[in-house]
Amino acid sequence: MPDPMKIRANLLGDSTEVKVLMSHEMETGQRKDAQGKTIPAWFIQTVKVTHADKVVLAAQWGPAVSKNPFLSFKFEGGAKGDKVRITWIDNHGDTRTDEATIA
Amino acid sequence: MMLRTFATGIAATALAAFIGSALAESTTDEIAKYREALQDGNPAELWEARGEEMWTKPRGPKQVSFAACDLGLGAGVVKGAYAALPRYFPDAARVMDLETRLVWCMVHQQGYTEADATKTTFGNGSAHRSDLEALAAYVTSQSRGVRMNVALDEPHVHDMYRLGEKMFYYRGGTHDFACATCHGDDGKRIRLQDLPNLTKLEGAQKAYTTWPAYRVSQGEVRTFQWRLNDCFRQQRFPELEFGSDASIALTAYLAGRANGAEYNGPAIKR
Repeated sequence: MPDPMKIRANLLGDSTEVKVLMSHEMETGQRKDAQGKTIPAWFIQTVKVTHADKVVLAAQWGPAVSKNPFLSFKFEGGAKGDKVRITWIDNHGDTRTDEATIA
Repeated sequence: MMLRTFATGIAATALAAFIGSALAESTTDEIAKYREALQDGNPAELWEARGEEMWTKPRGPKQVSFAACDLGLGAGVVKGAYAALPRYFPDAARVMDLETRLVWCMVHQQGYTEADATKTTFGNGSAHRSDLEALAAYVTSQSRGVRMNVALDEPHVHDMYRLGEKMFYYRGGTHDFACATCHGDDGKRIRLQDLPNLTKLEGAQKAYTTWPAYRVSQGEVRTFQWRLNDCFRQQRFPELEFGSDASIALTAYLAGRANGAEYNGPAIKR
């Protein structure tokens, strides 16, 4: 089971700012270990963020995204107390979903 | 003709020097910008969260949580504890830094063997994670904003501080290096990494209060024990043993030098 994300969601005027830290190795598939063997690629492929059952962000990621990625974005709408739901799926099929309340 | 070549030579040298310093400045600026951009999403928070969970849950063969662990301010008290470490612990009859104290609690309260408790002192990816780094990230985060107050008037701590000071200026190893060789002047660096001048109050305070830190280049949170260990490696000194008196003496010296400054870790570093 992957580690939980760290999510902050704040209302700024009429938009909501979301900041999220994900715990992931994000292996590119280009690196070699001490024995010279290629370390297989292992990275987050899709990220989906929903607010009130509406998708506010959908992203396709590749191996160029850093380890333990940080994502920050804004969307319009949202009110204090609303939930923001974030899901990532990696190329192993592992997935993690976390939720935060807009403050 | 001779003269003209000479004059052109001087101009070219001056120009090269100018470009050199401008380049160095803009590089430092760019690194500063890069650091600033990173401030917002410090992955050390992920370590803090993992450490907090570990701190509260029963662990080890005896299933005891860290609620029984005294970091100097009473059993289980974390708030502000790191800002007063290293300190003398009568129950262990030893001056200890944070990592050594965590290991002591794991061994004496939770029933781990010394070998198990120190199996992974420095983590390497998700397959080899270090509990100590996560615990240190959590404990230190609870001292954020607290002023460093290491009790240098306590005789045991004072002795360690003096020993650490000696070590800091002691030259040795294949390169005849001391800590002060790299950390005793302004403006020194290793590749593009600026080195703090630890002989100045400002440099010592800024350096100590930003460890542990998430190292972007390693993707790991590194503790002060790691920092010292790697400095020893870079100096080509014998390996600094984890939790050894030597490591604690140097920590006591550098922590003591930071007294009065606001603690601001875990930070993020390149």
